[in-house]
Amino acid sequence: MGEMKVLLKNVDKPNSHLLSTYREGGGYETLKAALGMEPSQIVEEVKKSGLRGRGGAGFPTGLKWSFVPKTDAPKYLVCNADEGEPGTFKDRVIIERDPHLLLEGIAISAYAIGSHRAYIYIRGEYEFGAQVLERAIQEAEEAGVLGERPFGQDYPIFITVHRGAGAYVCGEETALLDSLEGRRGHPRIRPPFPASKGLYQSPTVINNVETLSSVVEIISRGGDWYASLGTEKSKGTKLFSISGHVQRPGVYELVMGTPFKELIFDIAGGMRPGRELKAVIPGGSSTPMLTANEIDILLDYESLVQAGSMLGSGAVIVLDDTTCIVKETYRLAQFYAHESCGQCTPCREGTHWMVKILERIVNGNGREEDLDLLLHIGETLGGNCLCPLGDAALGPVISSVQKFRDEYLEHIKNKRCPIGG
Amino acid sequence: MIREQCPFPLSPEGEKRIDHLLNRYPEKRSALLQVLHVVQDERGGYLDMDCIKYIARLFDLPPAEVYSVASFYTMYNLKPVGKYLIQVCTNIACSVNGAEEIVSHIENRLGIKRGETTSDGKFTLITVECLGSCGTAPAMMVNKDYYEQLTPEKVDKVLEACV
Repeated sequence: MGEMKVLLKNVDKPNSHLLSTYREGGGYETLKAALGMEPSQIVEEVKKSGLRGRGGAGFPTGLKWSFVPKTDAPKYLVCNADEGEPGTFKDRVIIERDPHLLLEGIAISAYAIGSHRAYIYIRGEYEFGAQVLERAIQEAEEAGVLGERPFGQDYPIFITVHRGAGAYVCGEETALLDSLEGRRGHPRIRPPFPASKGLYQSPTVINNVETLSSVVEIISRGGDWYASLGTEKSKGTKLFSISGHVQRPGVYELVMGTPFKELIFDIAGGMRPGRELKAVIPGGSSTPMLTANEIDILLDYESLVQAGSMLGSGAVIVLDDTTCIVKETYRLAQFYAHESCGQCTPCREGTHWMVKILERIVNGNGREEDLDLLLHIGETLGGNCLCPLGDAALGPVISSVQKFRDEYLEHIKNKRCPIGG
Repeated sequence: MIREQCPFPLSPEGEKRIDHLLNRYPEKRSALLQVLHVVQDERGGYLDMDCIKYIARLFDLPPAEVYSVASFYTMYNLKPVGKYLIQVCTNIACSVNGAEEIVSHIENRLGIKRGETTSDGKFTLITVECLGSCGTAPAMMVNKDYYEQLTPEKVDKVLEACV
């Protein structure tokens, strides 16, 4: 358990973004070997590895790939670099400081599913990262490791960088596809799933930056090696973005199953002087908050589910006793209402109702029945929305009302914030 | 075709980029978001109706359709903005690390409130959602550039460098 640099092994090297640096460390040798393997072998290794989607949903990657039909129709691989979940800044590290790791992962994965064309959908705000990737692709094509004949093999692989324009919902894979097709980012009803009808109604696999980057070492060292790390249901290593009230915020790569307290109090340096831990959001703003008493657990998918939350994107937001939970929940509610695509009624209306209620409470006009009203909205939205954004909006609201009820009541009954904010 | 259909001046780079984008995808419409970015950059950060109609012609779409797509995304400015668009993140990690103080500091320095533009047209100040700089909070963008681990002093230096 603890820190282990697999994905992050190159990022601290000088000029880590350059092809020459990447190749000096053995980069692209795995792609070369992969192109000599059967695509089905690659899919098998990824299945054996137990790799799960690192964007937040944690869906088994090998299984997702196996849904792609073996037809001659064009297939697409899409890299989800939209990184919009509040608290998450891990993909940015790979994009900016080890772009070739991502490109090699994309190339191997494209080959595995029978695709010749991959798109990196990168959020519009990451303009610097987009340029780093474009230069890296150019380097790789000029060196003949990508493009028409990678390593002289008759398997073209073309990677294109596609910029988003500011929309959290486009991190949801089907909304991403609509956006990639030049439309409003509207999630699609499933089935059909992207593996059968995705980009341009063709078979498509969408994977997160970290997921695709993980493929390189899995193919290099074998799926069994990856599965030897971690826990029963959570294999390998994961990037954790930790922020908020800690001494050493940043991105750390941990073996799955590392104790949560070790990340917060050792690796990230613990609380600021004189402050006490109040709450932790474990996996990005959409995951239910945990109190200071609920983090004596391991960082893996199953442990977080058992604790009533989710590992999500591994974006840990630490909140100390200077935090007004009510105010921050209100801020997050505004985020989801703003980002709702508007297609389905429960989310479009429900997210705005939650903002209105929380606004009243923050402004000293709350009523005690407002807390039950918020919980009731949770029941109306929960599981009834077209995409997970509606459910995500409930994460902070429901968990904070359940676990910090006294703080809400202080705002409502005494019309004041106990933190003085 | 790209230059002929265009009612406003377009740089050679801009024209070349648009041409490349229109031919880059299996389906042309995929280039729409990219072309909106290029045209907005050519036009000082703002897409007026001439831009929308021009792009509609390029893609053979109704202008209302192009406007509908543009209005969905936060990075397209459908109203004029100042030469420097200051975008301060106020989402949770920045919020608990002093984002509000940064916004207030800028409001006081520039004499405008969030959402407004200075009378000389130089600065527009807005608050935005998570920029992916949570570990280096508080953070802001000015046009396309990131500024992180902000303090009022650092903000002042950035603003002074905006000529």
